[in-house]
Amino acid sequence: MKILVPIKRVVDYNVKVRVKPDQSGVDLANVKMSMNPFCEIAVEEAIRLKEKGVATEIIVVSVGPTQAQETIRTALAMGADRGILIQTDDLVEPLGVAKALKAVVAEESPELVILGKQAIDDDSNQTGQMLAALLDWPQGTFASEVAIADGAASVTREIDGGLQTVKLQLPAIVTTDLRLNEPRYASLPNIMKAKRKPIDMKTPADYGVDFAPRLQVVKVTEPKKREAGIKVESVAQLVDKLKNEAGVI
Amino acid sequence: MAVLVFAEHDNQELNDATRAVVTAAAALGGDIHVLVAGSGAQGVADAAAKLDGVTKVIHAEADVFAKPTAEALDALITPMMGDYDAVLAAATTTGKNFMPRIAAHLDVMQISEIIEVVSPDTFVRPVYAGNALMTVKSSDAKKVITVRPTNFAKAGDGGSAAQDNMAASSGPFKSEYVSEEMSKSDRPELTAAKIVISGGRGMQSGDNFHLLDSIADKLGAAVGASRAAVDAGFVPNDYQVGQTGKIVAPDLYIAVGISGAIQHLAGMKDSKVIVAINKDEEAPIFQVADYGLVADLFVALPELDAALG
Ligand SMILES: Cc1cc2nc3c(=O)[nH]c(=O)nc-3n(C[C@H](O)[C@H](O)[C@H](O)COP(=O)(O)OP(=O)(O)OC[C@H]3O[C@@H](n4cnc5c(N)ncnc54)[C@H](O)[C@@H]3O)c2cc1C
Ligand SMILES: Nc1ncnc2c1ncn2[C@@H]1O[C@H](COP(=O)(O)O)[C@@H](O)[C@H]1O
Repeated sequence: MKILVPIKRVVDYNVKVRVKPDQSGVDLANVKMSMNPFCEIAVEEAIRLKEKGVATEIIVVSVGPTQAQETIRTALAMGADRGILIQTDDLVEPLGVAKALKAVVAEESPELVILGKQAIDDDSNQTGQMLAALLDWPQGTFASEVAIADGAASVTREIDGGLQTVKLQLPAIVTTDLRLNEPRYASLPNIMKAKRKPIDMKTPADYGVDFAPRLQVVKVTEPKKREAGIKVESVAQLVDKLKNEAGVI
Repeated sequence: MAVLVFAEHDNQELNDATRAVVTAAAALGGDIHVLVAGSGAQGVADAAAKLDGVTKVIHAEADVFAKPTAEALDALITPMMGDYDAVLAAATTTGKNFMPRIAAHLDVMQISEIIEVVSPDTFVRPVYAGNALMTVKSSDAKKVITVRPTNFAKAGDGGSAAQDNMAASSGPFKSEYVSEEMSKSDRPELTAAKIVISGGRGMQSGDNFHLLDSIADKLGAAVGASRAAVDAGFVPNDYQVGQTGKIVAPDLYIAVGISGAIQHLAGMKDSKVIVAINKDEEAPIFQVADYGLVADLFVALPELDAALG
């Protein structure tokens, strides 16, 4: 079976972003960009399913600027087979991405789409669920374990009180949580090999999707800064402060 | 028209997060109806009917709602949306799971994890792990909103709403619930606790968490953890506090052996008072701590335990 893995190029998770003084957004000039960590986990999971003989082909797809080709190359170097870039310089909301992905699914007929649970820039946590709805597919979100057998996926999900297992008829949507796996680093030979793997360049018009945003960004501001407090010398002083100054114990 | 609030519950008790969602819904204006989808959940429906500001409780009973899948909730709620301007749920793993499906079916953008209602179409939400706050105005006809419960007051029990029963679609569905493995604890729930004490990689092992447990019991606190502690298998996944774990805002948050990565801060920096115990005086956690103690936790924790009597 084919697996489709949508991947997003985002600000690297180590970067502490700064809000622009004019409140129009965050400053992304000269900031390190990487593959969204949850998408790396999704790519890794697809590769493992291929190594187990469950999957036959892994297609990665990204909606984003020309530079997202680098992100696709990273996935190809990890072990994905080919890439699709739906090129746009606009900021695309999860609903728009989900619609584009639906069109890609129609073209490629994967039996499984594995997405990240959340993009660490917009923190939306929506795209996979939206795609599931648009396709009328079942979903297993926040997965920490995925097993495929007999036309179904058994997905263990990280939920607020612990873990939950659901069974999904294929085709299905899975979104990854942090503990699903630990993504591999691409080896040098594989990085070289990835240069020859194909990336299909597409435009939003090729899929007939409208990316016009539904949410207008009024402003982006900095959260209230927390001031560092004091250092206490001892546990006794700490307890005293908590009791008598802060009044919290 | 009216606003629909999804009640979160375990068929026994109404989850407190729902009270915060009702408060957020009230800021949108209009009647507030609460949907209780459950199996044997009459008690929950009764509790929901008492919530301040709620004018109607809609109670849907079905076996699938014992442990509802996103698919089943979507099939229930999406057809109801003809009667509502907005639907709100808590940004818990439940709300995050099914709400975007409804948004996609309505062809609207969900507004995720709002922390403020500016006006009925304008909301504030954190992005980039809370390092920026984005104010967004929705042009969609219907609003699908998840609410960060720690940022809204909890609605009280002064109401007496009418209750309506509603038939639910029984499928067939393409997904089914199989099983759950819930962590058991007599301590308060992380997101509801007034005091939280969390351990990080510095705890070195799961066994060492008993040092925190004992203090937690004395303070009536919940125990949390950093991702590193969860990944290392010291504690279960539902202990994780942070950008991708739970968001907490207790009166007192004690971070022990936690460095203070932005992803962890995202989950606790709205706490009223923050205490950090770390042996590295340069640890970034001290930049947000009201009280910092530079110490070896294996010395400090037994001392703290003794000091609390
Ligand atoms: C996509 C993504 C999402 C993430 N989401 C989350 C999240 O939701 N929550 C989260 O917490 N993290 C999250 N992280 C991980 C985060 O970046 C950090 O790696 C993690 O928070 C580090 O955990 P830690 O502070 O316990 O470990 P470390 O950074 O290793 O810090 C351990 C600390 O313990 C101190 N220490 C060691 N021994 C002692 C001792 N004996 N006494 C006192 N102090 C001691 C050390 O000085 C150090 O400061 C995420 C990362 C990514 C990429
Ligand atoms: N622009 C994009 N291109 C490809 N995949 C995306 C894009 N945006 C979101 N996704 C996928 O959807 C997941 C969740 O993103 P979000 O809903 O924005 O939090 C990501 O981890 C990706 O797998």
